[in-house]
Amino acid sequence: MKVTLEINGESRSVDASPWKRLLDVLREDLRLTGTKEGCGEGECGACTVMLDGEAVNSCLVAIGQCDRRTVTTVEGLANGEVLHAVQRALVACGGAQCGICTPGIAVCAAHVVDRGLVTGTDDATARARIRELLAGNICRCTGYQLIVDAIVIAAREVAKP
Amino acid sequence: MTALYVRPRELREALDTRAAHPDWMVLAGGTDLMVNANHRPEPAGILDLWRLGELCAIRVEDAGVSIGAGATWWEIQNHPVIRERLAPLALSAREIGALQIQARATLGGNVGTSSPVGDSLPALLALDAELEVASVRGSRRLSYATYCTGYRTTQLLPDELIVAAYVPLPGKATRTTWRKVGTRRAQSISKVMGAAAITVDGDLVVSARVALGAVADRPIRVTAVEDAVRGQRLGAAAADAARTALRTAIKPIDDVRSSAGYRREVAENLVARFFSAGSMS
Repeated sequence: MKVTLEINGESRSVDASPWKRLLDVLREDLRLTGTKEGCGEGECGACTVMLDGEAVNSCLVAIGQCDRRTVTTVEGLANGEVLHAVQRALVACGGAQCGICTPGIAVCAAHVVDRGLVTGTDDATARARIRELLAGNICRCTGYQLIVDAIVIAAREVAKP
Repeated sequence: MTALYVRPRELREALDTRAAHPDWMVLAGGTDLMVNANHRPEPAGILDLWRLGELCAIRVEDAGVSIGAGATWWEIQNHPVIRERLAPLALSAREIGALQIQARATLGGNVGTSSPVGDSLPALLALDAELEVASVRGSRRLSYATYCTGYRTTQLLPDELIVAAYVPLPGKATRTTWRKVGTRRAQSISKVMGAAAITVDGDLVVSARVALGAVADRPIRVTAVEDAVRGQRLGAAAADAARTALRTAIKPIDDVRSSAGYRREVAENLVARFFSAGSMS
């Protein structure tokens, strides 16, 4: 079937089986290879993209479900040359190592920060909330500490009036 | 062969499609059905119910809350009345997968898949939920207590779709609780999880509904425990009665994730904790 989606602000059309995974359409048909495949089972979060503004695992979305929907991938987080606050903070904190999980973490973190989901007035509460919100993104290198540090900084920056 | 695909705009159209193609996959958030989709054969057709308006509403009525089958676990856990009055549902919603799963996984999906480890299912049992199901022949309501008939089998007929769950609001004297034991809070498939609704008079148990998941071929009400705690005092007395009654009442599954013996011990601790004083919302 023919599917037209808005990806990172641009209208794109593909002709694919409705059963094909959004992840595969992104990587194979549209050559947007920033989105990674980890487990293919919705466990690891490496393939996280925003679909109609929600953070979802693109390995679990059938492309048939994406007609006339809006998708933001890691390639669409930056505004031109200006990185998203989450991306800047991940760079500043060193919140990445091998990099496979990083695009998914950046997208999920951008979603929770932009939505104002990181609540909590003190640092410990905010960090606990971040760990719950990012629990669907598995990183086997960093131990998460620097990733959480980065999201705390980004959440504060985005929340500033 | 490429799968056929229909995304109905109205429930009526969805029911027509279901009746015409009972062999098609009924898809909503896809968090279960799309696992490893690239390695599995394509279904003959896909009936896509994601965001079908008539299935998505959460309506607070006088005596209960009607939760559309298409409501997501993110929506359910953030609904103020569900959080306050139907705690087991809100709590289970928060531990189904993680953010990305909760944004897509639906109540209807959990109920339709009817896995023995479906996290929300003991909550529906303990809260005495009813299901509304529909087909081109009309709609009917059935008690969730009798809905599951075996391992991933249910009373749902081939031409029917799940429309909503109706969950009565517990009275003031009823306390509810839910708890899951897994390798970690997020993502992991539960080893044992359970929910309880306990009606008390002071600290005496008047009646209770106790439900467990992952201890049988389907989510179950443990009536032996419910009978044993009636008239007992919350705390050590009721907890011991619950533990003893549970011992012979369940036959936990034994699989790669946990042994039956371990699940049995955890389940005993879980029900004992439900009836210990001060452990409930």
